[in-house]
Amino acid sequence: MPMILSIVTFLPLVGVAAILLTRAMASSSEAPGLDNRARWIALITTLVTLAVSVVLVAQFDASNPDYQFVEYVPWFAGVAYHMGVDGISILFVLLTAFLMPLCIAASWKPITNRVVEYMIAFLVLETLVIGVFTALDLFLFYIFFEGGLVPMFLIIGIWGGQNRVYAAYKFFLYTLLGSVLMLAAMLYMFATAGTSSIPELAQYAFDPNVQTFLWLAFFASFAVKMPMWPVHTWLPDAHVQAPTAGSVILAGILLKLGGYGFLRFNLPMFPDASAMFAPMVFALSVIAVIYTSLVAFRQTDIKKLIAYSSVAHMGFVTMGIFAANATGVQGAVYQMLSHGIISGALFLCVGVVYDRMHTREISFYGGLTDRMPRYAAIFLLFTMANVGLPGTSGFVGEILTMTGVYQASTWAAFGAATGVILSAVYALTLYRKVMFGQITNPKLNDITDVTPLEIAIFVPLIVGTLWLGIYPAAVFDITQASVDQLVTTYQSAIGG
Amino acid sequence: MPIETLVTIGVFAPLVGAAIAGLFGRRIGDTASMAVTTGLLFVSCAVAWTVFYQHTWGHMEAFTLRLLPFINIGDFQSAWSIRIDALSAVMLIVVTTVSALVHLYSWGYMADDPHKPRFFAYLSLFTFAMLALVTAADFMQLFFGWEGVGLASYLLIGFWYKKDTASAAAIKAFVVNRVGDFGFALGIMTVFWMFGTIEFAELFPQIASKAGTTWHFIGQDWSALDLAGALLFVGAMGKSAQFLLHTWLPDAMEGPTPVSALIHAATMVTAGVYMVCLLSPIYEYAPLAAQIIAVVGAVTALFAATVGLAQNDIKRVIAYSTCSQLGYMFFAAGVGAYQAAMFHLFTHAFFKALLFLGAGSVIHGMHHEQDMRKMGGLMKLLPITYAVMTIGTIAITGLGIPGVGGFAGFYSKDSIIESAFASATSGHSPVAYFAFFVGLLAACLTAYYSWRLIFMTFNGKAVWKEEAAHDDHHAHDAHAHDDHAHDDHHHGPLKPHESPAIMLVPLLVLSIGAIFAGWYFAPEFIGHHEAEFWRGAIFVGEHNHVLHDSHDVPTWVKWAPLVLTLIGTFVAVWFYILHAGLARRMADRGGPLHAFLYNKWYFDELYQATFVRGAKALGDLFWKIGDIKIIDGLGPNGVAWLSQRVGRRLSIWQSGYVYHYAFVMLLGVAALLAFAFSLAS
Repeated sequence: MPMILSIVTFLPLVGVAAILLTRAMASSSEAPGLDNRARWIALITTLVTLAVSVVLVAQFDASNPDYQFVEYVPWFAGVAYHMGVDGISILFVLLTAFLMPLCIAASWKPITNRVVEYMIAFLVLETLVIGVFTALDLFLFYIFFEGGLVPMFLIIGIWGGQNRVYAAYKFFLYTLLGSVLMLAAMLYMFATAGTSSIPELAQYAFDPNVQTFLWLAFFASFAVKMPMWPVHTWLPDAHVQAPTAGSVILAGILLKLGGYGFLRFNLPMFPDASAMFAPMVFALSVIAVIYTSLVAFRQTDIKKLIAYSSVAHMGFVTMGIFAANATGVQGAVYQMLSHGIISGALFLCVGVVYDRMHTREISFYGGLTDRMPRYAAIFLLFTMANVGLPGTSGFVGEILTMTGVYQASTWAAFGAATGVILSAVYALTLYRKVMFGQITNPKLNDITDVTPLEIAIFVPLIVGTLWLGIYPAAVFDITQASVDQLVTTYQSAIGG
Repeated sequence: MPIETLVTIGVFAPLVGAAIAGLFGRRIGDTASMAVTTGLLFVSCAVAWTVFYQHTWGHMEAFTLRLLPFINIGDFQSAWSIRIDALSAVMLIVVTTVSALVHLYSWGYMADDPHKPRFFAYLSLFTFAMLALVTAADFMQLFFGWEGVGLASYLLIGFWYKKDTASAAAIKAFVVNRVGDFGFALGIMTVFWMFGTIEFAELFPQIASKAGTTWHFIGQDWSALDLAGALLFVGAMGKSAQFLLHTWLPDAMEGPTPVSALIHAATMVTAGVYMVCLLSPIYEYAPLAAQIIAVVGAVTALFAATVGLAQNDIKRVIAYSTCSQLGYMFFAAGVGAYQAAMFHLFTHAFFKALLFLGAGSVIHGMHHEQDMRKMGGLMKLLPITYAVMTIGTIAITGLGIPGVGGFAGFYSKDSIIESAFASATSGHSPVAYFAFFVGLLAACLTAYYSWRLIFMTFNGKAVWKEEAAHDDHHAHDAHAHDDHAHDDHHHGPLKPHESPAIMLVPLLVLSIGAIFAGWYFAPEFIGHHEAEFWRGAIFVGEHNHVLHDSHDVPTWVKWAPLVLTLIGTFVAVWFYILHAGLARRMADRGGPLHAFLYNKWYFDELYQATFVRGAKALGDLFWKIGDIKIIDGLGPNGVAWLSQRVGRRLSIWQSGYVYHYAFVMLLGVAALLAFAFSLAS
């Protein structure tokens, strides 16, 4: 398929056009029908996008470490419409395309207000996020990267909860800081290296002193996205306020932009600075793992708890990346993919009870297993995956990132390993409080088990979690060549 | 059928059963779920015995079957495999035999439970995870099985999820095991970076080359193999409930009794011992780690036995007994007698499963009463249970005449004690004398608490008759110990009864094991055929003659365990038969020693006050001070406050319209494009 990357990136916009077209053609009297049409168009569009991205993965040559399906159309002064994927980014494209139809389906019933705009926001978001992973030009990347925040703001700000404005404000403030610095760094790089091509910049040897500043500028932006401690406090608020599908995308994909950024920019472009700052990253990562795990343990809101647990899990990612060996980087990539599925599933699990009871207070619940046995099984599976039980995808990323960082710093591995204990503490405590015991709240007496639609949404996630947990070799086969090249280049850069 | 196909069927049969009962249990019904899981378990059991027979007496060589790659990153190579050698063959028969019998027994024990498919699915899932553990060919699959059995244990302890104590115990088991896994995981990483492999077959031949080297870990230089061995042993301590990480095992008795027999006595908790024996190539070159194992094992053997003296809940006594016996196994391995450790693991599986299932039969017959103070005089009412539990008790106390013979425990436990002595006199392990004397003392205590259990339950006055006659103010207390949550609360006079045949048959089968397993298998495990039995599955260094020397210890060493066992037995007879009621009066009078033992050395209170409270306090501190006051206060909220002060111009940022934010973002993009164009022109 020629121009397959452009197709997979911009296909969702075709859906947007279709939705707008149906609205333009409709008379104002048939609004409910319009909503349904928007839902169906969005679902079909995201499914087709998924199908195309599967084709993309099928055609990908895993033995080739370089960018593939490259498209290059020069614009001006070296800036170009430059797209391509390697063994790392292709999986994030797939992850995005995989989660999007589930988000649309999960919003089917709960979202009744401004459905058309909602579906458009999600489709635009999909284009922009896939664009981040396929862009090979600095400025194209920036446009997608920052542009992706706009629909996310809207999703939180319009379809969010009571305190959505504060959450969106916090999100914005943090992000702005990072963006400004990153943009400045990008402009400097463009001016110095004379190119905005990401592959070329990765070859360019920046002066080690300059690297320090450039590294910090990019770090500021990506650390907020991850988020790393101590710039993580926007995430729990954003999650709590976001609608369920918004949380799924936020945790499942937007957080991965930070890790992806580290892999695309910091590590290959500023190797000396990366080596210099690695101990700091390890320290922040270990703090994130321990600190946010303990904070998660004390939360009273289910979504906040899972949000904090996301921060802890992202700590494994950052430390694996800057371990800068094959085990650590592979583990980090894997942890991001796995967390995309698991955290997405956990937020959907919260959505199930929230849609029924309209509260996320842990103390409201208790004893649900009795009324919701199927839900209990699903929630248990993802709780265990979140805890990193072997056999689920959560384990693979954790053990590999820890193993990777062990080589760089045994202290970091030691500290992160305590997170393995703490994750069991908060996740199982949550499960116990919500699911076990007797039902004491009379409002829960008539709560119903998961519907067939909900099960249909969970099944792909269950299959994904188990498949990635049992046969991760399939993924490593795809990532291996690119990661090896990244690691080897990095090692020779700091060695020589 | 080729043996490879056969073992694959054997390993996966329980998983198939678990999937069928777990996913379709409600559709196919209780009986079908039970029949499928139990039937497949017997298939698995038949396979296991075939493999064991072929390997021990046939011509089958050890082999490893690779099924599917798991993780493949550079040197970090792991595959889903089935490793068959003497060690895994022994574990296969232990696991599948006890599991099959427990499945069968549960037909009777769980007859009134409304969630039978779920129960049987969990049991089979556990069995699969355990089989994956024992047949692992590398550390990743070992860890998979390791945590998989932990999951099953969590699910089964919390099986009666409506009970608060059950769900609390389930979490405790999982978390304490995670503390062990913390060490285990670090141990695996240490091995990986030290040797560049996590596959046993590649690792073991390299170990000798690293003897005596040092390794840098968290700011210190350590003796490399000792460090790896000690970290891995932390995992074993968690799984096998050794001293300091033991607190979860007694609480795990909240699970249904068949679970206690299968998981918390015969199989899962012995995984740590199995791992240490499997890793004998490491421990043979890690003398310090081996000494740590010996000391921790010996301390556990004694500690758990002392606590067992004062417990009144029939299952908790057996739980502490298990803990103590696991300690024996560890110190056997620690002093260099891995074969003796595996042998005790093997015999213990039979008589401990027997004791637990026997206790289950008593609890079943007593309508879910577990407090031995409310039993007594059950001998005539539960004659078969009484007989098999007596057999189990003779077996566990290691009663037997040196040179003549005895029940199962006699062979294995005496072998451990004699090995400790041999290890001490030959100077193989400097801590072996400690282990030896502790082992003797614990043998005496074992005899006391084991017979005490029998006497309190089956002999003496029928306390339950009086209780039922005049009041039921103990009813609530009994309820707290009740196996079932609410549905099974009995009313009216208590009529203890013998269990149905489906529960008794497993007991009788296990009795045969408890009587004969020692006598029959001693020559293979620890005797003359030892070397050809293990065929290198257990590695013994060239300077380690412990097992060999253990056969030639002085006569007093051979007789000492018997004498101490008889003393312990006699004290139990004195307190509970000859002067019935004396012990009860002494216990009621209390005294600090009794309180100390009864409260399990106050470990739960200590951990509650330090770790649990500490985690909560830190969590609150980080959340309410760290995140809210400091980070948010100085960060976004501070900025908001500042912007209000600075002037109205900035207030657009908090005016609340996300469109503004969107607008600002778009402005940024526009500015960027403008800049790019200006460069272009």
